[in-house]
Amino acid sequence: MSILGTRVVRTEDPRLLTAGGTYVDDLRVPELAGAARVTFVRSPLAHARITGIDASAAHEAPGLVAVLTYRDINDIPPPPLPPEGGPPPGSEAAPLPLGGPWQEPLLAVDRVRFVGEAVAIVLTDDSYQGEDAAELVTVDYEPLPAVVDLGEAMAGGTLLFPDAGSNVPVAHPAGDLAFDGCDVVVEREIVNQRVAPVPMEGRATAASWVDGKLTVWASTQNAQISRFILAGAFGLDPAAIRVIAPDVGGGFGAKVGLDRDAIVVAWAARHTGRAVRWVETRSENLTGMTHGRAQRHTVKIGGTRDGRVLAYRLDVVQDTGAYPRMGGFLPTLTNLMAPGPYDIAHVEAGYRVVVTTTTPISAYRGAGRPEATAAIERAMDLFAAEIGMDPAEVRRKNLVPSDQFPYQTPCGALYDTGDYIGGLDKVLAGAGYADLRAEQARRRERGDVVQIGIGVSCYVEITAADADNGETARVVVHDDGTATVYTGSSAHGQGHHTSWAMIVEADLGIPMDKVTVKHGDTDEIPLGTGTYASRSLQLGGVAVHRANLEVKELARKLAADLMEASEADLELDTASGSWQVRGDPAASRTWADVASYAGAEGLAAFVHYTDGAPTFPFGSHVAVAEVDTETGKVTLVRHVTVDDAGTVLNPVLTEGQRHGGIAQGVAQALLEEMVYDADGNPLTGTLVDYATITAAELPSFELLVSETPATVNPLGAKGIGEAGTIGATPAMQSAVIDAVSHLGVRHIDMPTTPVRVWAAISEARASQ
Amino acid sequence: MKVTVTVNGRPVAAGVADRTLLVHFLRDEAGLTATNIGCDTSSCGACTVLLDGQSVKSCTVLAVQADGSEVTTVEGLASDSGDMHPVQRAFHAEHALQCGFCTPGMVMAAVSLLAENPKPTEEQVRSGLEGNLCRCTGYHNIVRAVLAASEG
Amino acid sequence: MIPALFSYQRASSIDEALDLAAQGGDDAKFLAGGHSLLPLMKLRLAVPEILIDIGRLQELSYIRDAGGHIAVGALTSYHDLARSGLLASELPLLAHAAGQVGDPQVRHRGTIGGSLAHADPAADLPAVILALDATLVARGPSGTRPIEASEFFGGLFETALEPGELLTEIRIPKQAAAGWSFQKFTKRAIDWAIVGVAVQGGNVALVNMGQTPVRAGAVEQALAAGASPRDAAAHAAEGTSPSDDINANRGYREHLAQVLVGRALEESRSRAQ
Repeated sequence: MSILGTRVVRTEDPRLLTAGGTYVDDLRVPELAGAARVTFVRSPLAHARITGIDASAAHEAPGLVAVLTYRDINDIPPPPLPPEGGPPPGSEAAPLPLGGPWQEPLLAVDRVRFVGEAVAIVLTDDSYQGEDAAELVTVDYEPLPAVVDLGEAMAGGTLLFPDAGSNVPVAHPAGDLAFDGCDVVVEREIVNQRVAPVPMEGRATAASWVDGKLTVWASTQNAQISRFILAGAFGLDPAAIRVIAPDVGGGFGAKVGLDRDAIVVAWAARHTGRAVRWVETRSENLTGMTHGRAQRHTVKIGGTRDGRVLAYRLDVVQDTGAYPRMGGFLPTLTNLMAPGPYDIAHVEAGYRVVVTTTTPISAYRGAGRPEATAAIERAMDLFAAEIGMDPAEVRRKNLVPSDQFPYQTPCGALYDTGDYIGGLDKVLAGAGYADLRAEQARRRERGDVVQIGIGVSCYVEITAADADNGETARVVVHDDGTATVYTGSSAHGQGHHTSWAMIVEADLGIPMDKVTVKHGDTDEIPLGTGTYASRSLQLGGVAVHRANLEVKELARKLAADLMEASEADLELDTASGSWQVRGDPAASRTWADVASYAGAEGLAAFVHYTDGAPTFPFGSHVAVAEVDTETGKVTLVRHVTVDDAGTVLNPVLTEGQRHGGIAQGVAQALLEEMVYDADGNPLTGTLVDYATITAAELPSFELLVSETPATVNPLGAKGIGEAGTIGATPAMQSAVIDAVSHLGVRHIDMPTTPVRVWAAISEARASQ
Repeated sequence: MKVTVTVNGRPVAAGVADRTLLVHFLRDEAGLTATNIGCDTSSCGACTVLLDGQSVKSCTVLAVQADGSEVTTVEGLASDSGDMHPVQRAFHAEHALQCGFCTPGMVMAAVSLLAENPKPTEEQVRSGLEGNLCRCTGYHNIVRAVLAASEG
Repeated sequence: MIPALFSYQRASSIDEALDLAAQGGDDAKFLAGGHSLLPLMKLRLAVPEILIDIGRLQELSYIRDAGGHIAVGALTSYHDLARSGLLASELPLLAHAAGQVGDPQVRHRGTIGGSLAHADPAADLPAVILALDATLVARGPSGTRPIEASEFFGGLFETALEPGELLTEIRIPKQAAAGWSFQKFTKRAIDWAIVGVAVQGGNVALVNMGQTPVRAGAVEQALAAGASPRDAAAHAAEGTSPSDDINANRGYREHLAQVLVGRALEESRSRAQ
């Protein structure tokens, strides 16, 4: 029986549990001995001209090595111009935009555009001295009006980039859509609020420049992409750059590639010739690392009284923060997935991207797709409320039926495989939906203070959207029969070492404990794409599988020679990991024998797998919330899910991804929001105020099994990493609103904090 | 000031600046880097260690305050023969860690929780870990691990 | 993330602590558990030049039955308060509230004296000792003096402690009325109270409804006049000055105060039976 599909605990764990991981701040390599610490001087204002920088006091500070500003950046080429006619094309794999009017400098030149923007760096012998010295750098600012409100930003009274002439780098707003034939039309403006990724390890970069070679250790989701970013930024041959991703303490999309602060650190090593290390503080992280979501939606949905949706219009305004990094790209994914898992005849989706004097926006778990799902799910609930139909029933009437796959949506996506109605039915059964509605009815009749709400969500999402970038794997079998996998994927918690070892054991019969997996070092793995977009199993895992198959064929030739048999008669017995001759039980060779026989050539194969395709995991969540109608406090009581990402390689890992995704999804619905005041000051700049979720706010989750294989790759795999988040947020929000809908509440924007819930209840009561 | 702390049974002495945080003493002077720093407002618990047997956030203790005390970090949990502590074993068996950054603090908080309440309910485990943030696991398996360790 | 430079002095006796404080003057602050002070120092919102560590004065950590009152040493940790059998039977309000502060790690280090001397109106224990009609004992260069809880909290982070005075003991009268309740309303379990209520018998004190903890005088009067819990609770916001912040606006805090006082009074009543 194959190990694939079985529960296997992680090979990564013993080290992490007993010695701890080695994150950038833990590195004790010789190249970083005596490394200077980098501390950033950051803008305390949201929008201002810089009229002077005085570092004289800092130069007297103990331990000072250097104070560097944009004036010192005289040794790298200017950024290339963007392609003609278009805005910076930022993509998921290379989020930094090109130059032009929206150019983001490495260190601020004459203007700052968000609180936290880097203005200068201070290098000191240790980090304590760095904080002291950074305080002594005096920057003179001439404040400019902050631009926080999206309407104001679009109106363009104050321009962040005067040369650009507007605050709207991209405009493809939704066109008109006819809602003829609709008995019922509902339109609403809803908010998908700005959140912060908050990986437990913030951003961190160390760098050393020795004998013309730059080595950068970065907390990144893709070392190889980071190397190309550095090569481009510094005008260097990639061969002169080595990037190493050590252990990375979470990324969630915000550590794709290298951001500008990391590039500044790498530059500082090259500029000063001294090794450097930067490890940001949490306060720095909350304004310096990119934020997520921050879309405003106008949804319009129309259909018949018996529950059939005929038309849906989604207009997105993406707040991209001060610089259009990935923000220019994310709403294209939102538009692509606008109709969700529903069969809607007429869909119109559009977007505009707007700059504001706030932290730039980039990918965060789901990256554009949670927003699409949240919008269509809210629209479905509003439509259901308008026609007085049960929200699960409305969904069932509109989900793409199982015999319609592959299903082409009006927005250009081709959904590969799915069983949307089966998923909905499964989650409703698992949740005991009828009983829940009965309990709700009983509490409503009694007029209980604590009411329950049931939120149902259905979702489909796109993973490996950039499948054509593919993923790499090199598999080597050594003389002693052990194997090493060099993967272009870059796990930061996802358990790839366990997974890829499982695939080797399944394909080659080399037991997992004899398989070493390596990732994240461009000297060992120069070509690779990295881990984001829930792509790694279906691209990286398949690359490993393909490389295994090539190794197997090479081994077959070698074994045939070694055993003086014909290739056709050779069999690999994966149970014992040995090569055997059919009909001759005594003839048997181990992998060690065959690999040794390969001699200097070695026994290895390299695959760059680029003929995969995007896949579409789907699912359904039911959230059960209790709401105290006197205080507005919400408690998540149960969360039941179907998250179908095709064939499951290791249920342990898939469950873990679902759990983590659900928690972050629920947290956005209930608690998290990055708040700015009208002057662009962040009000949630520490973990005291930015309310990430703890174990005390969550129940244990109820995960149901559903595996509808993908057909576009041999593992049958789709991506699970972001699915939980995508399904959880709307189910949670919906449950809260549902709990108080009998009081007249139709909508509460996220996060549904107690004060907002209470305000919605009060307002609804007052208008009755 | 000269500070001596017994860390995982071994005395570590160093002259440090008065403002040195215990977490930095452990990472830099004792050379034990498993204990991580995840925030600057005593919110996240990644830096949790045992100080004289009780869980504390080592970022909110000065090294000078711990002078003469005993500290246990996650590196000191395994037995002398290298066997993992029951809590470490349970975390492994239950997939209670992903990126691993919060894990040392989470494990020490769990050890302290079980020392004070050997047979906690699920609710007690969840509230007992409210001072430890994890962004990867959703806590589901962490809770299972602590309950499993309590049964052992 | 790192405090500004300071010099550290360690007191090995109360007298030494007082001497060091007298010498340090305005530049010095006492350091007990450090869980009110160090977080401020790490963000450089507080920059004392001298820290006088009183954390080793174990003679200030105790919970004793002193006859008519319970004597609690200022250096007693939240953890010890929450676990005290003596408090569980005599002053369950204090034991319970102490067990709600922060999280287990905070409770192992933070002290009742530190919390009261810091006087954050969003903290739990100041309102609790106000509801318990406690007497705080301060010791200074000129001797020891008692300060009634009702006189102790002067304003935002301001107490009646004179410069150089050390809070040494909190004396809490044994409570004749058996009913008690502590209602702490938060978004998340680890958060500071958006609004909190401490009830002991007919005494009602509020957390985070002003710049100091306050007694809900109008509620107490209504109760004394025979009003039901819900009717008395309607007066909860009178005389308070709650603020607006990202978690709550003034109107919501006033509403919460009413709801929570009502619930606290009902719970207290059921415990008294």
